[in-house]
Amino acid sequence: MKRKSYYARKIKRATHLLFYKRHRKPGVKGWELKKRLGSDYPKVLNILDNYLEKLDLKIKTVFEGEKPAEKPALEELNKARFYVTLRGGLTPKETKLCGWRIDDIAGLAMSISYLISKKGRAPREEVEDLLRNKLPGWRVDMNMNRYIRSGYLAEDENKQLYLDWRTRAEVDQNVLVDLLLGAES
Amino acid sequence: MSSKKQRKKLGEERLQRIIDLCRSVEERGLDPFIVDVDDVIEVVQEYFPEWELPEEFCLDAKAIHQLASVIKLQSDWVKQRSTSLYTDPFLLEEKIRRAGKEELANIFLKAWRPIVELEQISPHSLAEAIKYWQALLPLSERWLKTDFLKTEAGTATREELIQQRILAETVFSEELEMFWEELKQRVGGEGKVPYWDFVGAETYPETLRRAYMVSFLVTYGYATLEVHRLEEEMFLKPFEKPKSLLGKQQLVSIPVSVSFQEWRKWMEGKQD
Repeated sequence: MKRKSYYARKIKRATHLLFYKRHRKPGVKGWELKKRLGSDYPKVLNILDNYLEKLDLKIKTVFEGEKPAEKPALEELNKARFYVTLRGGLTPKETKLCGWRIDDIAGLAMSISYLISKKGRAPREEVEDLLRNKLPGWRVDMNMNRYIRSGYLAEDENKQLYLDWRTRAEVDQNVLVDLLLGAES
Repeated sequence: MSSKKQRKKLGEERLQRIIDLCRSVEERGLDPFIVDVDDVIEVVQEYFPEWELPEEFCLDAKAIHQLASVIKLQSDWVKQRSTSLYTDPFLLEEKIRRAGKEELANIFLKAWRPIVELEQISPHSLAEAIKYWQALLPLSERWLKTDFLKTEAGTATREELIQQRILAETVFSEELEMFWEELKQRVGGEGKVPYWDFVGAETYPETLRRAYMVSFLVTYGYATLEVHRLEEEMFLKPFEKPKSLLGKQQLVSIPVSVSFQEWRKWMEGKQD
């Protein structure tokens, strides 16, 4: 009983930490969870993740470098960032609730896929040219700045675009590429 | 001799071309395999025995550094190709170009798992905010307007301006030179004087003024500070002629505390 209440308390605390945005970026770093929940935080997250499954949510771990092939070490987890994301996908109707128009999502999809095809980086001008094929010019610049501001894309001083932290956290790049290649068009 | 010079010049040009090529590959995202690493290394090796001056070695190092960046790009390229994520970029690009807006959006939605993030005010933060608001002074009080007094224009003598501390009695540089002379006279045969013995004065404000002047003497190269860390002693050593050390050697800042307590301690020590 005592053990149960111990974890119940920790799960509540983990929920607060993970759901509420406390810094400029959402999510919590592993070391922060360790500090607040104790060194058994991976177990707490595991229990919470099981609970969130019923709500179609999941705890997503984004590692600092590439995803470890085997079970991640505690040190790797401490450096990783944890987010709560949707477990299943959104329907087109639901995207309106997030404040995204179909044009915005299509533009984002195009930019991310193009960057993946270019090994993760491409000149901004090139991506914008591609967007201009299907979106009005005034919208292209606005959208691109929005993708950068939200953390989907990053731009360096040489006007090169990269995939940024939010894409790594939210987009399953393998699935996206497979779906695109499998598309009939 | 002239052929050696010519060869050097040619070598420099070739290295510069290598640097420019590597840089454009890196900055413009060009195919890193357009740089033939073996060729570049051959050129670098060929001209290396010619280099004598530091600038020439710098250029050589720069070329190697840029080449290393390109090799990293090549290695990333190979790594990416070997991952499951690799697909023919042309095929993918073609698919993207052909897909309609809606189709693209629908595909993306299947791979998109947006982060859940909440922002909400709590009763506690509201209470804190109210407390802050109550303690906050109105803008009219925070940004108090300065009242101006209208006075008749008049004249003031130089002495009056000095009295009001608007003008200094002597030009700063003159004062500094006088101070330097004083320091030169105060040092003994060793050519140095303990810091506090020179800076310390009968009043604390005067001590501060002297410490301020000493800081300029040291910064402008009229004197130097000798610090004996183990003995916790500091000496001032005047130079015969001002030395400009700027750009000649690494300058260090030495913070010296001239607090009221230290001044009192020094005064007590002096009286004992």
